[in-house]
Amino acid sequence: MSATILAIIGMALATYATRASGLYLMRGVTVTGRLKAALDALPPAILMAVIAPTILTTGIAETIAAALTAVAAFMRLPLVVTILIGVVSVVLLRLVLS
Amino acid sequence: MNSSMREFRQGLLDVLPILVAATPIGLLWGTLAAGKGLVAFEVWLMSATVFAGAAQFVAIEVWRDPVPWVLLTVTALIVNIRHVLMGASLSRHLGGIDRRWHPLMMFLMADENWAFSERRALKTPLTLGYYFGLALPMWITWTTSSIVGAIVGRSFGDPAAYGFDFAFSAMFICILAGFWKGPRTGAVLGSSAIAAALAKLYVLGAWYIVIGGIVGMIVAALLYKDGEAA
Repeated sequence: MSATILAIIGMALATYATRASGLYLMRGVTVTGRLKAALDALPPAILMAVIAPTILTTGIAETIAAALTAVAAFMRLPLVVTILIGVVSVVLLRLVLS
Repeated sequence: MNSSMREFRQGLLDVLPILVAATPIGLLWGTLAAGKGLVAFEVWLMSATVFAGAAQFVAIEVWRDPVPWVLLTVTALIVNIRHVLMGASLSRHLGGIDRRWHPLMMFLMADENWAFSERRALKTPLTLGYYFGLALPMWITWTTSSIVGAIVGRSFGDPAAYGFDFAFSAMFICILAGFWKGPRTGAVLGSSAIAAALAKLYVLGAWYIVIGGIVGMIVAALLYKDGEAA
């Protein structure tokens, strides 16, 4: 088997393990108080961490475009419109700032 | 129209804007993956079986020859560790759904359909029809756009020239806005972002995602005050 197929199978199994284990490990467990606050914070903290290098350390164009996208997202603009604002502004900013 | 069809259609309607947003992201990912030497079938296979955008983008960044399959497996585990908590949270809403479907439902759990299901469950019991109405079109869109990207993407030239590379970040920003509950969310996100950016610069591998998540969790725990409704 090629290393590529091996990598894909490994990634698929690892990913499925993360998806299934939440359902079966935590079934019936109730979490409250400080621990619940910490667990509730994990999903947004992880999503933020995934994109943080792109929006903070790539360049000023990406950082400004991310800020504009965030403003649009908070104005509750439709999702597609918000993403377009991000994509168009990053293109224009890269042109202007490069 | 029976009620499962109605539920499926409602899920499809809710997820439609996400499908529009996910298509260029899938095209981009397929293009990048083909650029790293994956053939069209391998591109499709990864999208079909891993089905996790963030992990797949990180994997393509880590990808090199010879293929470091152990590192890639561990990286997928780290990037996707958030699924454990997402699954734990979603499991509270699966009471009305036959257990035989649970393994397949978990296989299809992505950030977007998870977020929609959680939101739906606040108002009305989650149904299998609604969940599949979100998840199946997502899976079809993601696998199709990936393989199309792998086959034709390179003829478009550099995806960064069109800003498509930023679409993924923009979509995550939109999802993050849905988690906003006030200044404390800002503190969690800010600390996570700074920790992740620093870790990306100074720590090897994909640990920055877990580091950002853990720092955000610690900040949330520190800011918690006894006796408040969480």
